[in-house]
Amino acid sequence: MVEKSRIRQFFKSLSNQKTLMLMSLPFLVWVIVFKYLPLWGWLIAFQRYRLGKGLFDQTWVGLENFRMLFQDHHFYRVLRNTLVMSSLNLVLGFVTAITLALLLNELRRVYFKRTVQTISYLPHFVSWVVAANIVQETLAPEGIINNLLLKLNIIERPILWLGVGEYFWGILAVAEVWKNVGWNTIIYLAAITTIDPTQYEAAQIDGASRFRRMWHITLPGIRPVIVLLLIMNLGHILESGFEPQYLLGNSMNIEYSENLDIFVLKYGIQLNNYGLATAAGIFKTVVSFIFIISANHIAKRLGQSRLY
Amino acid sequence: MMSRTRSSVASSFGDKVFDFCNYIFMIFLIVVTLYPFINMLALSLNDANDSIRGGIYLWPRVWTLRNYEYVFSETNVYFATFISAARTIIGTLVSVFCTAMLAYAVSRPEYKLRKFVSIVFIFTMYFSGGLIPEYLLIKNLDLLNTFWVYIVPGIIGVFNMIVIRSFIDGLPEGILESARIDGAGDFTVFIRIVLPLIVPALATVSLFVAVYQWNSWFDVFLYNSSRADLSTLQYELVKILASTNTSHLSPADQYADAMGGRTRTVTPTSIRATMTIVASLPIIMVYPFLQRYFVKGLVIGGVKG
Repeated sequence: MVEKSRIRQFFKSLSNQKTLMLMSLPFLVWVIVFKYLPLWGWLIAFQRYRLGKGLFDQTWVGLENFRMLFQDHHFYRVLRNTLVMSSLNLVLGFVTAITLALLLNELRRVYFKRTVQTISYLPHFVSWVVAANIVQETLAPEGIINNLLLKLNIIERPILWLGVGEYFWGILAVAEVWKNVGWNTIIYLAAITTIDPTQYEAAQIDGASRFRRMWHITLPGIRPVIVLLLIMNLGHILESGFEPQYLLGNSMNIEYSENLDIFVLKYGIQLNNYGLATAAGIFKTVVSFIFIISANHIAKRLGQSRLY
Repeated sequence: MMSRTRSSVASSFGDKVFDFCNYIFMIFLIVVTLYPFINMLALSLNDANDSIRGGIYLWPRVWTLRNYEYVFSETNVYFATFISAARTIIGTLVSVFCTAMLAYAVSRPEYKLRKFVSIVFIFTMYFSGGLIPEYLLIKNLDLLNTFWVYIVPGIIGVFNMIVIRSFIDGLPEGILESARIDGAGDFTVFIRIVLPLIVPALATVSLFVAVYQWNSWFDVFLYNSSRADLSTLQYELVKILASTNTSHLSPADQYADAMGGRTRTVTPTSIRATMTIVASLPIIMVYPFLQRYFVKGLVIGGVKG
């Protein structure tokens, strides 16, 4: 009886909230259609999918696509590239962003600091297409890098940087840093402002140098943020990006540039092997999901608020 | 006492060295960040055949606007710029308005469905259907080869919703309450009172959405590549990049190409540089003025989640 009246109460107060419902439920429909409905498409991974037939008129093949995927050498190479590129990106991204944040924090002239910050955000806002063009132009045979190395007599002939597979990971990591290092400092700089200034005064009276203050006060002060971001980013370890690899990849560096997302695109859209591509996509989503949930869990355990 | 003085002198000398190195490093950072753009700008304003000789770094040698004239008259770029601008303006207006409205609804403590709706949205941050199922969805919804495929799939940004919502949560409750006592409905309160108060959050989110829209090319490639009239500036640049992707392989090829192209007034390099500038200029002109907002928005959205 009590339950029933509670339910009635719930619907009664809900009917008083028609406007709020009108303001939110259309978007609920949208999110279900655009974000949840595609999950039905996961059935394709268990089919030999042909275009032009409905989802339930296809031939069912059980786990065949997954078996093929896990027996494919190509898939393991792609997985290796994905993991290496995102790990490099993670480590280098963290080290450079934290270092730059610490150094920016030591700049005394506010105007100069602002200017550097504004400029450092620029590459984050331009598209990867523009960035890829810049990378290609910079690394071209007659580009500035080859010119500099030739002038300094370090090399004798121009190097085709994007034509040598082994260089690709390094080039990509540097390009990522160039594009995002400024942007990534924002959160650290915000964390630095919360550090108690009296600590610096005390250290200064004790005669601690700038470098020691940076090392013993600023860095420990932002440690919680660093740990939190690191954990959250580990959750995204299968997200090595798509655009830079796609745009800078070519037939000569493909062994090193092709990652999971490109694999899915290639099999799905270009080779029409929808089943295998969907299976690879599911693999990625499921592993990522587990990683992200664990990362959230660990972050919570460490007593931090969740990030995303 | 003696040693104290000495050490403070020593450290202030050390501090000076540190400061000096720090400034040098910052200037290096500025150069590395800006040089590629300045170089592209110089190349785009320099005569294409002259550029082949090399040596264009910071300043054009033979000034010309021919590259820009060519790009805007002989290629699809003129129309693609229009589509890029349209999707940026329409996409941003629609997405920011809808996301703000949803954020307002789920910020009302009395709204019975707020928890449910929030969870359904936030959960989507942890998974995605993947490329193939999403492609088939767009196909089944008849959105392939339409302009709306740029707008509809991105109506709500969950991260943006969180940013706006935490901003609304920070508003003094009294303002909204007094409006409601005056008999204003939720929609009126949202339009008349909340929207004007959350302009900083809207500015942040608008920047994020506008940059995303302006920079997108993959949806063009995936969904609309057979419709040249729906191509965007970034996608045109992708095509240029792909076509020159092979020409950097062999310097000899490029040299031959350059010799053969003596009579041409533009070259792949000059077109590329020009389009790179056209594709990045609007962003370069806008983002510095919104810096205050996006820094704040990123921190709010990042920490509160």
